[in-house]
Amino acid sequence: MSIQYYIFFCLTLFSIGVVGVLTRRNAIIVFMCIELMLNAVNLLLVAFSKMYNGMSMQNGAVSMAGIDAQIFVFFIMVVAAAEVSIGLAIIVMMYRNTHSIDVNFLNRLKN
Amino acid sequence: MNLLEIIFYALSVFALVCAIMVLVSKNPIHSVLWLILVFFAISGHYILLNAQFLAIVNIIVYAGAIMVLFLFVIMLMNVKKDSEPQKQLFVKFIGVIAGGSFLTLLISLVKQSIPLVGKTVLLKEGSIGLINPLGKALFTDYVVPFEISSVLFLSAMVGAVLIGKK
Repeated sequence: MSIQYYIFFCLTLFSIGVVGVLTRRNAIIVFMCIELMLNAVNLLLVAFSKMYNGMSMQNGAVSMAGIDAQIFVFFIMVVAAAEVSIGLAIIVMMYRNTHSIDVNFLNRLKN
Repeated sequence: MNLLEIIFYALSVFALVCAIMVLVSKNPIHSVLWLILVFFAISGHYILLNAQFLAIVNIIVYAGAIMVLFLFVIMLMNVKKDSEPQKQLFVKFIGVIAGGSFLTLLISLVKQSIPLVGKTVLLKEGSIGLINPLGKALFTDYVVPFEISSVLFLSAMVGAVLIGKK
């Protein structure tokens, strides 16, 4: 499978996440679209790691090249889990104060 | 077209349709359920790339933990279906145009790039995605970031409790 198909797929998934962030006003949906973008990047990292591994396996017999990207994906998942717990706590606090989860209420930070 | 390519296209189309349904559906609970389906499709992609550890971790962490947290918060708030104020149609249109031009720009860039021509991804082979090599790399080369991430989790837990308490 050519690497370009993986890149096209991940770019489309990422763009869907971008469109979601730009067009929705529900804070939870916006947050979910950010998770979607993170997942697209994760899949692209794994695809590149397998591409690099295949390139180095043409020279040597067994190669561990490209394992760093998969470790990176693991750490991205760790950071995403921590981020979600904090972000949802902030959304709950915002709902308790304003009784709404509209992101436009957050423009009070301007003044 | 062999079987692996058919699986790739089927999983991709499934993931894209579910991702669009996340945006389109009005009820936030339906959005969460569609997003869980997207995560399952991405786990299928990981299995296709023989990254078995990441496939399992993706299901456990994302579909199991994070999405349950989302569902919990949505049900806790009891958000009504029609209570979400919609953006103006003009703003939505501009958002879709901006995202589409972003996608078109990046795709044309990838199509022009010469180093990517002829590169293929190993499907179904290779052992770097299995638990044994990943565990060895994680606990030898990457043991310091691993420990730091545990501190990150602790601080995130303390912060979530602190924010949610008052």
